[in-house]
Amino acid sequence: MLERVRRLVADVFQLPVEDISAASSPDSIEAWDSLHHLDLVLALEQEFGTQFTPEEIEQLLSVELIAALLAEKVPAQGVA
Amino acid sequence: MSKTDISALRAEIDQALAQEDWYAARSGLERLSNVERSSAAASFAVARYERMRPHLALTSCRLAILRSFTVEPLVPLLRARAFAGGLDVEVHVGGFDNYAQQMLDADSELYRFRPDVVILAIETRAVLPGIWEDFTGLDGGRALEAANEFLDSLSNWVRVFRSQSEARLLLHTLEMPAVASAGILDAQTGEGQARVIEELNRGLRKLAAEATGVYVVDYDALVARHGRERWHDERKWLTMRMPIAADCLPALAEEWLRFLHPLMGRIAKVLVTDLDNTLWGGVLGEDGVSGLQLGREYPGAAYLALQRTLVDLYRRGIVLAIASKNNEAEALAAIETHPAMLVAKRRFAAWQIHWDSKVESLRRIAAELNVGLDSLVFLDDNPAEREAVRLALPEVTVLDLPADPMQYASVVRACPLFERLTQSAEDRARGEYYQQQKERRAAQSGHASLEDFYYSLAQKVEIRRVSTSAELARVAQLIGKTNQFNLTTRRHTAVEVAAYADAADWDVYSTEVSDRFGDNGIVGVAMVRRGERAGQRVAEIDTFLLSCRVIGRTVEDAMLHVLIEDCRRQGIERMVGWFVPTAKNKPAEKFYARHGFHELEQTEAGTLWALDLDGRMIACPAWIELRALAGAGVEEVAHA
Repeated sequence: MLERVRRLVADVFQLPVEDISAASSPDSIEAWDSLHHLDLVLALEQEFGTQFTPEEIEQLLSVELIAALLAEKVPAQGVA
Repeated sequence: MSKTDISALRAEIDQALAQEDWYAARSGLERLSNVERSSAAASFAVARYERMRPHLALTSCRLAILRSFTVEPLVPLLRARAFAGGLDVEVHVGGFDNYAQQMLDADSELYRFRPDVVILAIETRAVLPGIWEDFTGLDGGRALEAANEFLDSLSNWVRVFRSQSEARLLLHTLEMPAVASAGILDAQTGEGQARVIEELNRGLRKLAAEATGVYVVDYDALVARHGRERWHDERKWLTMRMPIAADCLPALAEEWLRFLHPLMGRIAKVLVTDLDNTLWGGVLGEDGVSGLQLGREYPGAAYLALQRTLVDLYRRGIVLAIASKNNEAEALAAIETHPAMLVAKRRFAAWQIHWDSKVESLRRIAAELNVGLDSLVFLDDNPAEREAVRLALPEVTVLDLPADPMQYASVVRACPLFERLTQSAEDRARGEYYQQQKERRAAQSGHASLEDFYYSLAQKVEIRRVSTSAELARVAQLIGKTNQFNLTTRRHTAVEVAAYADAADWDVYSTEVSDRFGDNGIVGVAMVRRGERAGQRVAEIDTFLLSCRVIGRTVEDAMLHVLIEDCRRQGIERMVGWFVPTAKNKPAEKFYARHGFHELEQTEAGTLWALDLDGRMIACPAWIELRALAGAGVEEVAHA
């Protein structure tokens, strides 16, 4: 799960995947502003086939947090 | 394709980029876009395309999006698809809901961006909240009033926009709600919510039709096509002003792209199709004509649907051609004889049917039709053929056909390179024009000498004295507009021509030509006036012209032959005629000299030529079957 999220974050912010770690967040990635946060949310929803609530969207503030939330929401995909 | 395969494909693309193998990178990205339509894949692709920008032949396009909702996530989707089709789109997104100010203020960011294309992406829920949310609170009259007020403002913004910018403007139609506020009652009244929105959209279309460079994106139809319930994401609308569900975003990006291609001139002119298992099911060489799958039943219906699509493209002005590995005679016979065949042979402007490579075939088709390879789109069920063409001819657009033939038609319809925003009568007739040219050229190339070519045309020329009013009208039209093969360019009016046709000392002749490719109608006119000059009976050629359709086919020689023989019969001793040079009639300059006329007089206006008829003959070319002045007792010459 963490790997897939890292790759997705790399794609959305157009960075090499090596530059993305579990700790990557809006503080460490310049392009991760509020508008691009929406790009990321939509990309995550498309990729994992899920929907985030507004409250969840506010919490998606690092690669690690995203992966953790997804593991809860779509446990079946976490195993794959 | 599984997630693992996709990861491998992405790794392959990055490796190709690292090795500067632009072809491999590009084709990898194309494959990726076919299997992954997500926003993340689009961002991945944009970053890669940007790196190889200098190595791709791209058309740049500056696009401004004025909007009432969040469009940012659409931008990478649009740009990735655009790159794949050869468009490098730079996007400027206007502020939320400030489209009116942007259009009205001459110094706005919009105009400073200097866009090529502007999209006004607005939604009913934002621009007409009363009609969208509170329709039941408005009485019918008030709703229509609000709609008209909006149209008036829009019309005003468009007018100002037009005076400030030459950019093309795309207007979204307004979307209907999934369920009307009044429920099923809405459809029962003449002034329901749906009806008011229909009115708005009608007004919007009218506005676009009346303005220059303003086009309509039928957003409402797009939403309906995907399903209103599915399209809309209420939560995202409320939290982020993003009303479109994530999985519908690519559809809107693709819809916009359909407009950018024709607007930026990045279009295809020719569709080259394979035959076996593409235009019909089965292999002609093995299954025979009767064994081919093509018709109204499954599975032949899939191929019939594709053929219907090709006919639609043909009518849109797209030229059709064939590249097939088959025996030419058998394949053409199949096209001509299969009862369900929808695309008739005459609709193909060129074909390469043999066992040489498709790459070679595409090259020959481009040369024959005189278009660049980048004007071709190639359609073939065989992935190996597609790959060979991609590799050897990167300029050609290769459509990836899925395994299921039932989807072939929709793949072709989805290709934005075939979109057009205008259509002229010429576009509709283009296919026919190419086809006739093909036949004439084939006739010319198949013959060693010009004479053989003339013979192969099998021209029938009929020359008559003008008598009917239809003939007179056509003759007057030719006199009015013929420039090139026109010896005197005297523009007699229809009334004058009618008077001359009746006058005892005038003869007005029309010339009709048909050949093995069809009937050309009346294409030549001659007018002769008989009189006395210095004791001699002289006839002056007042007018002698040929439509450009038949220049260079010796029809003029047949005409002169008939004129002279007719004059001789009437006791004329000498023919004279002026050549009056104009900017355009050079093709006729040598006409009199070539037929043995001598110069009599030269003035500023031109040269007067003369021919004494004492026994002199101007022969009708042997390859023309002539019927002249039937019933007048002059002659009826018929050459074999």
